[in-house]
Amino acid sequence: MSRRRFSLSTLCFWLGIVFLYAPMLVLIVYSFNSSRLVTVWAGWSTKWYGELFRDEQLMTAVWRSFQVAFYAATAAVLIGLLASVVMVRYTRFKGRTLFSGMITAPLVMPDVVIGLSMLLLFVAAAQTIGWPPHRGLLTVWIAHTTFCIAYSTVVISSRLREMDQSLEEAALDLGAPPLTAFFKVTLPIIAPSILSAWLLSFTLSLDDVVIASFVTGPGATTLPIEVFSSVKLGVTPKVNALATIIIGIVSMVALGSWFVSRRMDERHKASLRMAAGA
Amino acid sequence: MSDLKLRKLDLSRLPGGRRWVISVPYAWLLVFFLLPFIIVAKISFATAELAIPPYSAMFEWVNNALTIRLNLDSYLWLFSDDIYIHAYWNSIRIAFNSTVLCLLVGYPMAYAIAKAPARVQATLLLLILLPSWTSFLIRVYAWMGLLSNSGIINSFLMWLGVIGDPIQMLNTDFAVYIGVVYAYLPFMILPLYANLVKHDPTLLEAANDLGARKWTTFFRITLPLSKNGIIAGSMLVFIPVVGEYVIPELLGGAETVMIGKVLWQEFFNNRDWPVASALAVLMILILIVPIILFHRYQSKELNS
Repeated sequence: MSRRRFSLSTLCFWLGIVFLYAPMLVLIVYSFNSSRLVTVWAGWSTKWYGELFRDEQLMTAVWRSFQVAFYAATAAVLIGLLASVVMVRYTRFKGRTLFSGMITAPLVMPDVVIGLSMLLLFVAAAQTIGWPPHRGLLTVWIAHTTFCIAYSTVVISSRLREMDQSLEEAALDLGAPPLTAFFKVTLPIIAPSILSAWLLSFTLSLDDVVIASFVTGPGATTLPIEVFSSVKLGVTPKVNALATIIIGIVSMVALGSWFVSRRMDERHKASLRMAAGA
Repeated sequence: MSDLKLRKLDLSRLPGGRRWVISVPYAWLLVFFLLPFIIVAKISFATAELAIPPYSAMFEWVNNALTIRLNLDSYLWLFSDDIYIHAYWNSIRIAFNSTVLCLLVGYPMAYAIAKAPARVQATLLLLILLPSWTSFLIRVYAWMGLLSNSGIINSFLMWLGVIGDPIQMLNTDFAVYIGVVYAYLPFMILPLYANLVKHDPTLLEAANDLGARKWTTFFRITLPLSKNGIIAGSMLVFIPVVGEYVIPELLGGAETVMIGKVLWQEFFNNRDWPVASALAVLMILILIVPIILFHRYQSKELNS
């Protein structure tokens, strides 16, 4: 068999990578531009970063968004873990079709539809049962948790499906109560997927502008809403600086979690090999 | 078989535990995902009013008589004005074209990753996914600076002397296509890769031994086998793009009318909640078949 090292698909791959990364590199470079006109290069400067951190309105929005994302990711992972167990282990129960439909639908449902329907729910609930009393961070949290559950479940359940169930069965055969077997055997095995589900939910919540715009209330403007309203007016160097910081943080966290979950995987495999050898 | 055993264990050793595990996520999704759609459907049959909330009630209890009012005004309104039909048609057209574009760009990329040595596949996949973890909003925004009349692409072309005047790229359908392909490409590549990597290489070797050319093998074996991946990836792009709001708002022009943008305007600018709800109901009706298709192929793929 003849093997060419450089094939057409490889060329397409690297062109695609250039397409994916070039716009962000341009954004990063231009965030260090000293000119207010974003398209004219006037020398290196970090002044936009200084202005960014002095913008109190923006900084409050950053803090708010981090809080919402933290709580939404945590709740979504907890509920998503339960939902994964249901999806993978409980293959037959009444209403399973509806359940799995409600897990997949939020993955593709347009944001405007989710946002509008959530808001109408909150309005109707406030009218009939008097809760939630006002819209704000609580309603944004509920909305974000709901769509993050779907993503968490997809990530965690794929890992749960792949895992070797005989390990769990061995623990049960040796007399471990189901809950102990779950916490001592299953949970450590699927831990990397729980970490990635949490991070994915966190970034999704931090990123959402459409749903949050619908369900938020006065005084609870999140970072993406703030950015979106300034971006609508055009390109500004301050937003370039903010984008650079976000790209930097996300890349570091993503690379970090990737290495951690790889290490966890390898260590787990090594301990399995040792157990098999012993 | 092991599944059966576990189920038995769960039931016998932990009475009620199973029900509890099911009920928490089930209840959350019923209340916060399904119920809202029922409310949207209900409000689409109301009329807009200057009140809080700004729509009429469906059920009324007056003089011991229950009145249920189903007002079809909003739906009739949608069909009476060309702009709404145009918006739906435009959204479907743009979503379809961008799905095809994503497939054309994404398939070779997914193929290249699946054909790469196993130890570098994870790294290549990370390269594809990394941009999608950074803010969606910022990725769309990045193109505003590139495509504008005084932007980098136009400045560069004018510096080269290829063009004398800047080409209008921002605020056109072209910019929307660029933005959609840029933002949704990873969603196409992931399911395609997951499918392609599972293909049995001996099939290709057999075709090769029997004298088939490379491209014949691809079109006769690889492409048909990757059908599930193609459908999953396409639906993952098509369905959200039909309702996309941010991309047409930032990159599209005044004539790029998409249904997500129209719904947003009806809700926030005109404050007509019943019409916005009717728009959402029709959008769900259009998307229900693709969503079921996606759901079916995703479960098929997961169970294979």
